[in-house]
Amino acid sequence: MKKMTIKVMMAVLALALGSFALMGCGKDSDTIKVGFNLELTGDIPKVGEASKFAAEMLKEEINSQGGLEVGGKKYKLEFVYQDNEAKAESAVNAALKLINQDKVIAIVGPNSSKQAIPAGATCNDSQVPMVTPWSTNPDTTKDRPWVFRACFLDPFQGPVAVNFASKQFGAKTAAVIFDIANDYSKGLAEIFKKEWEKKSGPGTVVGFESHGTKDQDFSAQLTKIIAAKPDFIFIPDNYNQVALIVKQAHDLGYKGPFMGSDAWGSAELMTLCGKDCVGQFFSTHYAAAGAQGATKEFIDRYTTKYKYVPDDVAALTWDATRLVLQAIQAVGKVEKDIKAERKLVRDALAGIKEFAGITGNMKFAGTGDPNKCAVVVQISPEGKFEFKETVCPE
Amino acid sequence: MEIFQHILNALQFGSFYALIALGYTLVYGVLRLINFAHGDIFMVGAYIAYFVAVTLLGIGGLHLGMDMHPALALAITVPATMILTALVGVALERTMYRPLRRKGANRLYVVITALMAGLMLENGNLALLGASRKRFPDLLEKVVWDLGGGVSVTNLKVIVIVAAIAVFLLLQFIVTRTKIGMAMRGISYDKFAIPLMGIPLDTIIVFTFILGSSMAGLAGILFAMSYPILEPYMGALIGWKAFIAAVVGGIGDIRGAIVGGFLLGFIEIGVVAVFPSTLRDLFAFSVLLIILWLRPTGIFGVAQTTKI
Repeated sequence: MKKMTIKVMMAVLALALGSFALMGCGKDSDTIKVGFNLELTGDIPKVGEASKFAAEMLKEEINSQGGLEVGGKKYKLEFVYQDNEAKAESAVNAALKLINQDKVIAIVGPNSSKQAIPAGATCNDSQVPMVTPWSTNPDTTKDRPWVFRACFLDPFQGPVAVNFASKQFGAKTAAVIFDIANDYSKGLAEIFKKEWEKKSGPGTVVGFESHGTKDQDFSAQLTKIIAAKPDFIFIPDNYNQVALIVKQAHDLGYKGPFMGSDAWGSAELMTLCGKDCVGQFFSTHYAAAGAQGATKEFIDRYTTKYKYVPDDVAALTWDATRLVLQAIQAVGKVEKDIKAERKLVRDALAGIKEFAGITGNMKFAGTGDPNKCAVVVQISPEGKFEFKETVCPE
Repeated sequence: MEIFQHILNALQFGSFYALIALGYTLVYGVLRLINFAHGDIFMVGAYIAYFVAVTLLGIGGLHLGMDMHPALALAITVPATMILTALVGVALERTMYRPLRRKGANRLYVVITALMAGLMLENGNLALLGASRKRFPDLLEKVVWDLGGGVSVTNLKVIVIVAAIAVFLLLQFIVTRTKIGMAMRGISYDKFAIPLMGIPLDTIIVFTFILGSSMAGLAGILFAMSYPILEPYMGALIGWKAFIAAVVGGIGDIRGAIVGGFLLGFIEIGVVAVFPSTLRDLFAFSVLLIILWLRPTGIFGVAQTTKI
C-alpha cells in the first residue's frame, strides 16, 4: 500500500515536471506578448471590459496588417488578459502571473489606483515595464522607474475640479464624500480639500465624510453633509457608488449640484444612475461628444464594433498600449532573453518625449507621468458626456 | 432637526438587517443550524425580483412582450419573488442540508456546507450573468415628503419600515400562537423526541426554510428598490452584519432578530452622526462586542449547553 502511494506520487511529480518542461518549449519566436492586468470582475467590471475591448481592437488592426514591424521583421501580437477582480491583492497576483508564467514583455494596467499602486510595486521590483492607462494617484509611478502612465495626475485634477466648481457654481463652501478603502478616492479627496481651503479659506470644506467600498447606504454621511449646507458636493468615487450617492442625496432633499472626477466617466454610469445624474459635471480625460480626427475615428470604430460609445478608459488603454508598442518598435529588435528585452523596452519608454494620443498630446519629462490637459464635461439629458471646457497645465 | 433624519435613516437600514436576521434566527431556532447561505439567498431574492420586474415591464428578462403598469408589476413582483426565493431556500435544504442530516453528520459540517452553498450562489450568479451590475427598474413613483426643518422621507422608506414591523408581528404570531409554530419550537428543544409524537420533522423544517427564505426575498425586493444597483456580492456583507445582529439580539428568538437588526442600524448611523465616518465599523462592532460581554447569549437569548 505504501509502495503504491509512493508510485502514484512519483507519477504525479513526473507529470508536473513534464508539463513545466513543455511550457518552456511552447514559445514561438514570431510573437510579441503583452500582458493586461484588468478589472474584469469585481466592483468596476465595465472598466476592465472597456480596456479589453480597446486592446482587442488594436491587436486586430495590427495583426491584420501582418503584425508589428520591429527592426524590419513582422511579429504577431499576443495579448494576455488577467483578471485582478478590482482587488489590490489580486492585482499583485495577476502581475506576477503575467511576469512569471506568461512571460510578457510589458504590462498594461491595472486601471484603478487601488490596484495600480500595489501592482506597480510588483512590476518595479520584478523589473518589468508597466503602463497604467487610468491610474491618477501620484504614488503609482513615484520612485518607480519601471512604471509609466497615460493619464494626468490627481494633484492636477484636484485643482481643475476646485477652479471649475468655484467658477461654475459660484460656490464658497464644498463638501466631500469619498471611499476610505480606495487609494484613488481618498487621495483625490484630500488633494481637493487642501486646494479648496487654499482658495476659499480654512473651514470652507464643511463636510468631509467617508464610506467603505461595499457600502450601499450613505444616508448617515449625506444627512450630515446636507445639514452643513454646502454649495456643492464633490464625489471622487467610482461610477457604481456615484449612482447610489446621488440618488440618496436627492431622496434626502438635497437639490444642489454635484461635481465628480474621472472615475465617473464609465459608459455604465448613466445606465445605473439615470435621470438623477443629468446636469452634473465631472473632470475627465476626453469628451467623446464632439471629438475630431484620430479620436473620432477611434470612437466611430469602437461604437460600430461594440455598440456603445467608448469611455475614457477605452481611449486611454488604446494610448497606453500604443505607447508600449511604440517603445518595442523603438528598440528595433526582439531579444531572446526576456529580461534584456524588458530592460530595452523600459529605456525606450523612458526615451519617449512626446506622444500624440487620442486623449490628447502627452509630454513626458522623464518621470513616467505625462503632462496633458484635462476636460470638464456635463451630463446631457440624453446621457451623453458633453464637452464644457479644457484645462491645461501651465 | 438633523437627529430626526438620522433616526429615519437608521430605521430604514435597521429594517433590512432585521428582515435578514429573521431568516437566520428562524432556521437556527429550529435546526440549531447557522445558515450562512442566507445572505446570498437575499441576493438571489433581489435578482429574482429584478428578472420578474423587467419581464413584466417588458424591458428585458424573458422578453414576453409584456408592457405592464409599474404599480401592477410591483403587485405581482412581490409575491412572485417571495415564492421563487422560498423555492431556492427549500432547494438548498433538500440538496445540501437534508442529505447531511440524514447521514447524521455533525452540525459543524452542515454549517460549512452552508458557507459553501453561499459561495456557490455568488459565483454561480457571476458565471451566469457576468460581473456587470444590474439596474433595478423604478416600480414605484418616488415621492419625497419634506417634513420641515431639513427632514425628508421618501414613500419607499416608510414602506420598508412598515414591512419590517409587519413581518415581525406575523412571524411572532406564527411561532408563538399556531400549532406549526409550536412544532417548530418543539423541534428546537428535542429533535429526536418530537417525531415520536407524530410530528413530521421534514415538513416543519421545509416550512421553516419557506418562511425564512421568503422574508429574504421580501428584503431583497425592498433593498433593490431602495438601492437599485444589483451585484453578485451584495448579499455577503449585509448577510454577515445581519447574522451579527441576530446573535446580539439572541439567535433563535424572533424578538432578538428585530431588536438586534434595529440596534445595529441605530449604532451604525449613530456612530457616523457623532464621530468621523471613518470610524463607523470599528465603533459599531466594538459596541456590539460590549453587549455580548455583558450578555453572552444576546439580549433575548437563553443559555444552552451545546451551541456552535
